[in-house]
Amino acid sequence: MSMIHVRINGSEVADDVPPRLSLADFLRERRNLTGTHLGCEHGVCGACTVLVDGEPARSCLMLAVACDDRSVETIEGFAGDPVVAALRRTFHERHALQCGYCTPAMLITARDLILRKRAGSEREIRDGLAGNICRCTGYTNIVTAIAEAAQEIGKEAPNAQ
Amino acid sequence: MKAPAVDYLRPRTLTEAVDLLAHASVEARVIAGGQSLVAMMNLRVASPGLLIDIARLPELHAVASYSDAVTLGACVTHAAIEDRRVADPSRGLMPRVASTLAYRAIRTRGTIGGSLALSDPAAEWPAVLAALDAEVVLYGSSGRRSLKCTEFTTGIFQTKLAQNEILESARVPKLSPDARYGYVKLCRKSGEFASALAVVVTDPRRGYSRVVSGAANGSPLVLADTSRLVAEGPRDPDALRGTISGDLDRASDRHFDDFQRNLHTVAAMRAVQQVLV
Repeated sequence: MSMIHVRINGSEVADDVPPRLSLADFLRERRNLTGTHLGCEHGVCGACTVLVDGEPARSCLMLAVACDDRSVETIEGFAGDPVVAALRRTFHERHALQCGYCTPAMLITARDLILRKRAGSEREIRDGLAGNICRCTGYTNIVTAIAEAAQEIGKEAPNAQ
Repeated sequence: MKAPAVDYLRPRTLTEAVDLLAHASVEARVIAGGQSLVAMMNLRVASPGLLIDIARLPELHAVASYSDAVTLGACVTHAAIEDRRVADPSRGLMPRVASTLAYRAIRTRGTIGGSLALSDPAAEWPAVLAALDAEVVLYGSSGRRSLKCTEFTTGIFQTKLAQNEILESARVPKLSPDARYGYVKLCRKSGEFASALAVVVTDPRRGYSRVVSGAANGSPLVLADTSRLVAEGPRDPDALRGTISGDLDRASDRHFDDFQRNLHTVAAMRAVQQVLV
């Protein structure tokens, strides 16, 4: 067992974890943050995507013990985030989800694409979403929703401080 | 699935990491980004007894630019290369490659050293660094040694890395301003492992040209005749195709089937076309 200190959604957390425990299982089973979903558990489906030190990462491919002294944001931690707020609305308006299993990671990935300015065209968005599998929607509505949110954020950005 | 039980240590220095590796009583594996190793553990393909986490060793994040080359520490991530946050000796080739490598959420954690040390036959860096004539620097109990990437990877997941060595950095020669390169990755979905890779680097000022096929059923395959032909700026597509075929034929140990042969030929032709002005 190893003692770790992790900042999760802004709160400091200390826990004693076995080294084999993935960050995803740590979040879900120790912290009850069940918005992070597990699909394939080998890095292909993208459902477990969270932010580690501000960058998207697969929580199934990170050991919790390796996250000692790092900060992690899960889908539960974006309440005040304007990009995620825009994405939530456009996902709703465009019906960009059916079962919702991939949605938390879709939102986190889409937010990263928008912030890195990689959501400027349908092609760019589709490339950026290649690592997030959705088995319901056929992606069309997800791509449309992200494009709309990106446009909206882009319009606001010049005035942002 | 879940990873099997394992011990975990995070040494403070590279020397300490090598000591742990050399004296481990169980199978010890070095972990950096873990983007292949943890997946292999989850799939129970790998079950080391001890993980030695080198991801935060400052020595392995060092990047240094010299007059003729850049050394990239082993723990430089694919995303850092993609974003040009580190010096680029390749005038854009390496950032372009990085942007096609897996997915952003993998690139933020996965490292160039990890990719080279694992030497998955379908991975990008072993082929690209072989085409750039790069070297790897290995640090072990008895000191440092350098090896050309073309010698370092010996087969499928096989390298000359000894049990008590850690890949410390990659030394990549700088391309001159009139160098040209081509890169083609054939795969059915953005970000997945390649079915065929082709990398062409030609640098007339240094008298250098090399064509490498990756995902080639073994270590990166240097197409020797095609490399020479590229230096002449081949105009005749049939001659080019014939030369590539000849190089692929000579690599009989790769056991390409017809489909793979065609993929590698097409990838190499397209990559060569990118360097013709």
